[in-house]
Amino acid sequence: MLLEVKNLRAGYGPTQVLFGLDFAVAEGGVTALLGANGAGKTTTLRAVSGLIRPEGEVLLSGQRIAGLMTESIARLGVAHVPDGRGTFMELTVEENFRLGAYTRRDPDVAADFARMWEWFPRLKQRWRQQAGTLSGGEQQMLAIARALLLRPKLLLLDEPSFGLAPLIVRDIFAILRRIRAESGVGILLVEQNANLALDLADHAYLLETGRIVISGPAAEIRQDEAIRRSYLGY
Amino acid sequence: MEAFLLQLTAGIATGGIYASVALAIVMIYQATHHVNFAQGEMATLSTFIALTMIQAGLPYWMAFAGTLVVSFVMGALVERLIMRPVQHAPILTHVGVYIGMLLIIGNLTGWVFGYTIQMFPSPFEGGRPMLGGLFSAHQLGSVAVTLAVLILVYLFFTKTSLGLAMRAAAYNPRSARLVGIRVDVMLALGWGLAAAIGSVAGMMVAPIVFLDPNMMLGILLYAFAGALLGGIDNPPGAVMGGFLVGILENLAGAYIVGTDLKLTVALVIIIGVLVLKPSGLFGRVVFTRV
Repeated sequence: MLLEVKNLRAGYGPTQVLFGLDFAVAEGGVTALLGANGAGKTTTLRAVSGLIRPEGEVLLSGQRIAGLMTESIARLGVAHVPDGRGTFMELTVEENFRLGAYTRRDPDVAADFARMWEWFPRLKQRWRQQAGTLSGGEQQMLAIARALLLRPKLLLLDEPSFGLAPLIVRDIFAILRRIRAESGVGILLVEQNANLALDLADHAYLLETGRIVISGPAAEIRQDEAIRRSYLGY
Repeated sequence: MEAFLLQLTAGIATGGIYASVALAIVMIYQATHHVNFAQGEMATLSTFIALTMIQAGLPYWMAFAGTLVVSFVMGALVERLIMRPVQHAPILTHVGVYIGMLLIIGNLTGWVFGYTIQMFPSPFEGGRPMLGGLFSAHQLGSVAVTLAVLILVYLFFTKTSLGLAMRAAAYNPRSARLVGIRVDVMLALGWGLAAAIGSVAGMMVAPIVFLDPNMMLGILLYAFAGALLGGIDNPPGAVMGGFLVGILENLAGAYIVGTDLKLTVALVIIIGVLVLKPSGLFGRVVFTRV
């Protein structure tokens, strides 16, 4: 397993949000976390990347990362695209790319830049532009490219469809499918749009007020009428 | 005409000093988005340390280099020991801490080194006045040093990945941590660099105004005006601003308001910039789209 999480508990100050989650992401697999607003999806990602301090076990390729600092977890290969995207609005697209690869000293950085341009041609056109001037869709693309340039083992995606027009969302998920096929990175995906997420994922967990209520292969959850009606609302 | 040119060159020379201090202020601003009011006092302390090294018999440039190192460490330590514990506190707490440091460092300097006014040597002395007698050797030398520091800082921030990481850590600490940047280290580095730049300013101004614990008090105000005029987020702009303020101050002092009201010029510039063009003459206007 790429990521194994056991009895994960976390919250903000006195407010506990997660009450003992168990889930996993397979090597090169896509796991979706579904659930309503306030279920604890974003908090789960923050606990994994160390933005908040969790209790319980978080194992990345068997190594314990719970309690480490965010920057150390990033250096171990966890790239988090947080809510609000986590790009550097004041800097140019090029500088955002360079920052994405900041920790890397290997000679493949240039090749990875070229790969990102292939996946996101729009970003190459905007190369010297300030990131804050990009459209919402372009900013999301920049956020994903920035994260992938870390050459992560695990990519944490927080609602890549948030605030974007349906056509743009379709584009972004098409690119995610391609990334999944071509890069071998494992993805933990948080998404409100269950239909889209289940399409991309191979495994899914359904969160309700900080607890996992249902889990299983994405295809099965997709087929299950009862789950769809009562939890996913479509 | 001759008198006017002399005022102008004197303005450029003092402007160079303001430019260095403005640069130090902008460095901290780049790293933390705060203005360190104690920047001048830290520079004065550094200059006293330099004087101590010179009096102990070190050659000037060795003392200069040694002071850079000591000041860098001092700046980084201030960040570690004083700023770190209040880093999540509200802005007013920071302002309070800066003012406290201004008083404490200033008085500490006086307590350790005394309040008597002291001569400070110039490395450019012995030269005759240059460029038709308009510049003294020290004036030209200190302008050259300021420009060299500016170019180094500019290259550092734009061309090196460490400089880029420092800017990133200032703009967006959370995102910086997510790409693996050690934000706390960047902050300490920023403070260290600013203190080192400030020490250069101190060593360049001391031969002109003489060294005493309050040497930087007025200079800091002019430098702040320069930083604002040029754009507080733009190192080259701040240096331009520093030179402009130096020239304006000298010309206004000579021809308009007289020496007694010179400091007012700085205040007028500060208020004028904040009202008319808050991003400064060369500041970047940042766009945000959501």
